[in-house]
Amino acid sequence: MKRIIVTCLLLWPLLATAELGGPSLESPGNDVYDTESLRRGAKLYVDRCLGCHSLKHMRYRRLQKDLGFSEAEIKQLFPTLERVVGSMTTAMDSKDAERWFGVAAPDLSERARALGTDWLYTYLRTFYVDDERPFGVNNWVFKDVAMPHVFWDLQGEQRAVIKKIDEMPVIVRLEQAKPGKLSAKEFDLAVTDLVNFLDYVAEPAQLERRSLGKWVLLFLLIFGFVSYKLKKEYWKDIH
Amino acid sequence: MSNCKQYGTKLLAWIDERFPLTKVWNEHMAKYYAPKNFNFWYFFGSLALLVLINQIVTGIWLTMNYKPDAQLAFDSVETIMRDMEWGWLIRYMHSTGASMFFIVIYLHMFRGMMYGSFKKPRELVWLLGMSLYLALMAEAFMGYLLPWGQMSYWGANVIISLFSAIPVIGEDLATWVRGDFLVSDITLNRFFSFHVIAVPLIIVGLVFLHIVALHKVGSNNPDGIEIKEKKDKNGIPLDGVPFHPYYTVKDLFGAVVFIAICSWIIFYSPEFGGYFLEHPNFIPADPLKTPEHIAPVWYFTPFYSILRAIPSKFGGMVAMFASILILFLLPWLDRCQVKSIRYRGTIYKVALGSFVVSFIVLGYLGTIPPTPTAAFFGTFFTIVYFGFFLLMPIYTRLEVTKPVPDRVVWPPKPISAREGWLWDQGRKAIAAIKSTPVYQQADGYWQKIQEFMKNNKYLRHFL
Amino acid sequence: MNENDIDLEKRRFLTQTTVALGTAGVVFAAVPFINYLKPGAGTLEAGAPIDVDITKLEPGQMIRVEWRGQPIWILKRTDEMLETLTELEPVLADPDSDESVQPESCKNQYRSIKPEIFVAVGICTHLGCSPTYRPEVAPPDLGKDWLGGFFCPCHGSRFDLAGRVYKKVPAPTNLVVPPYWYETDTRIIVGEERT
Repeated sequence: MKRIIVTCLLLWPLLATAELGGPSLESPGNDVYDTESLRRGAKLYVDRCLGCHSLKHMRYRRLQKDLGFSEAEIKQLFPTLERVVGSMTTAMDSKDAERWFGVAAPDLSERARALGTDWLYTYLRTFYVDDERPFGVNNWVFKDVAMPHVFWDLQGEQRAVIKKIDEMPVIVRLEQAKPGKLSAKEFDLAVTDLVNFLDYVAEPAQLERRSLGKWVLLFLLIFGFVSYKLKKEYWKDIH
Repeated sequence: MSNCKQYGTKLLAWIDERFPLTKVWNEHMAKYYAPKNFNFWYFFGSLALLVLINQIVTGIWLTMNYKPDAQLAFDSVETIMRDMEWGWLIRYMHSTGASMFFIVIYLHMFRGMMYGSFKKPRELVWLLGMSLYLALMAEAFMGYLLPWGQMSYWGANVIISLFSAIPVIGEDLATWVRGDFLVSDITLNRFFSFHVIAVPLIIVGLVFLHIVALHKVGSNNPDGIEIKEKKDKNGIPLDGVPFHPYYTVKDLFGAVVFIAICSWIIFYSPEFGGYFLEHPNFIPADPLKTPEHIAPVWYFTPFYSILRAIPSKFGGMVAMFASILILFLLPWLDRCQVKSIRYRGTIYKVALGSFVVSFIVLGYLGTIPPTPTAAFFGTFFTIVYFGFFLLMPIYTRLEVTKPVPDRVVWPPKPISAREGWLWDQGRKAIAAIKSTPVYQQADGYWQKIQEFMKNNKYLRHFL
Repeated sequence: MNENDIDLEKRRFLTQTTVALGTAGVVFAAVPFINYLKPGAGTLEAGAPIDVDITKLEPGQMIRVEWRGQPIWILKRTDEMLETLTELEPVLADPDSDESVQPESCKNQYRSIKPEIFVAVGICTHLGCSPTYRPEVAPPDLGKDWLGGFFCPCHGSRFDLAGRVYKKVPAPTNLVVPPYWYETDTRIIVGEERT
């Protein structure tokens, strides 16, 4: 019996997508073609994330074009921007970041694609109160994360419900301890917008990529049909 | 119009006096007789050539903006992906092409193993092909370092460290390969040089030799019969058809289907679930931080599993290289006189099947973290893998083969008449699809379209 | 099948359709490869319009700034300098700038928006050298007829103080005036035009 349990435990990492102890990742179901959502996400990002996390591969001009911002809107979003030139770097020095948070905040125009939307969506929603951490919060997906909960006022406070399994304390779920400015549903939507924006930033070309794909496949379908008929015609000769 | 033709003939005559253009065309295309019974498995040779051309052309374009410098490499790839018009398409064509190259080559090699294309008189074709495969692996390995992401860096680090397992000279050899004490800018630069110039030249040269050798002996076929043995009074093989136009039109169709599959990946799933572009590779290389789980790209994972299956650094390295090099010996390990699997004994069918299963399972195991369970299966299938080759001289001698016909089987058996579990399942699946309302609705539209086409002067030709 | 049984018309039609579609496919596929060679977003941004503050520009003084890797001259001409423009017109090849490149707003005798401020690309229209600014009158090397202007040391092309080319010199047209506009009286944006 013991052997079976051990085998099952060992097989577990093969099957599980999440790390042991973490929640299963949820999908935001975002749509990068939803420009309104991207714009809301961009505003949220600029307000709460850009201070630490740069998007150094994302040019303001590209952002303006793809998200349909007017010159005035883009300057309202980035008040210090004199001309729409350059990319979304941050003012925070990576040395300062290391001093304040222990690690440099990663650039999200790179990291977002490595992490994936499901991870980001789950991570941003699973901060919980933990007095042992410097910022008073911990994260269910990313244990002992250095980042503070930047949406605490929107989401409110969550507490971890812990059960002991085999003498080990394991988080089973998070529950709302104090309400935030947004309802749980509104908050999920706000995070979806943000993740949608990060999804776009990770690969802006996907807008072009996906919309072009269907035409390419349509052309190849027609071409394939004609070339199949040509092949059939010639191969009539062979007996 | 006739004037044009006249000038064309004159120009051709002018060239032919100076260069054997018509002669080469006839020898390799218009009067190269290929067996008429090629099946699905015979698409992959021409497809490999197509992918090679794709890799060379997209590679040239990528090289224009890529910067082989540890400080700039990662960002220059992002520049290609974001700032250069269509850069994303060209890069995805290259990255998807790399994986598709291996899919095509693996299927091409499997074809050879199935129909005995490596056997006398085609040993050199096989050896040149295997050399090509080795060169392709080197090309892919060095190319993978260039984006300078975490997987690029740590993958190269792990594989180069293998050399250090060689007794006495190991450490020095690894340092010599890197040109530094760890994978660095120096390594990146030399890999770049090999990837864009040296290895492609070797590959193109080997492809040329591979085709020359093939056309000297002629193509094998699914029946494993030498069509040159039965010729008509003009010396033309009775079972042969001119490569052009018959196989050019057939390969064209195959190429379009293949490009459609590639396009679907390029446009809708360029990462292909993290198999074609690994997620940690979107993070720039960091020599101070190893990713939690390092896995090579999928096409190397069978060999990586073999490496991990041996609990000794040196032994693992030897086993890994042996698992690749042993393929070279195939023409001499197989003692069976019959070429095609169609007429070979059950024992070879079982052996080849186990080999394929072990290759796929080892490939999967190489992508996941090394748990004890995975290690157990890894060892088991490594034994199966080597067993296939090492026991081959014995079991192929014991094989009870079926009589091989004189001429190729023609026409091929229609799908509806083919026997066997797999064909039954296939037919069932097709019947299931045909019974769905979606299919029936689509079929209804198709009938209407056909009706329309029938009455159109031009479109009727498509029916 | 007999040779005669082949439906040649069908075969020709299918071949031609395949060739046509194949050619179209190759042309479509070539478009990305050709467009990739155009300047990328980074290059275009590096070539974005630049601001030039001309508050401290003295009469007769010329400053050089860089735009798209080219030298841009900004010269504040004195009244005496402006008078030479009319005087030199008989010896100029294209005094009305009909053959030359400049924004519509600068197609006048001064070749500028405001008469005294001259903005030009400092590259000779002959073979791309950068001419020198020679405001002095009748220097020994340029002869007594020289009233001030630009002189190209490479092949001896001469331009007046509005960048207009002299007759009988190798340069074919006047110096190019880039698009620019005044954001304020003392601030010029070079690289785009606004009215």
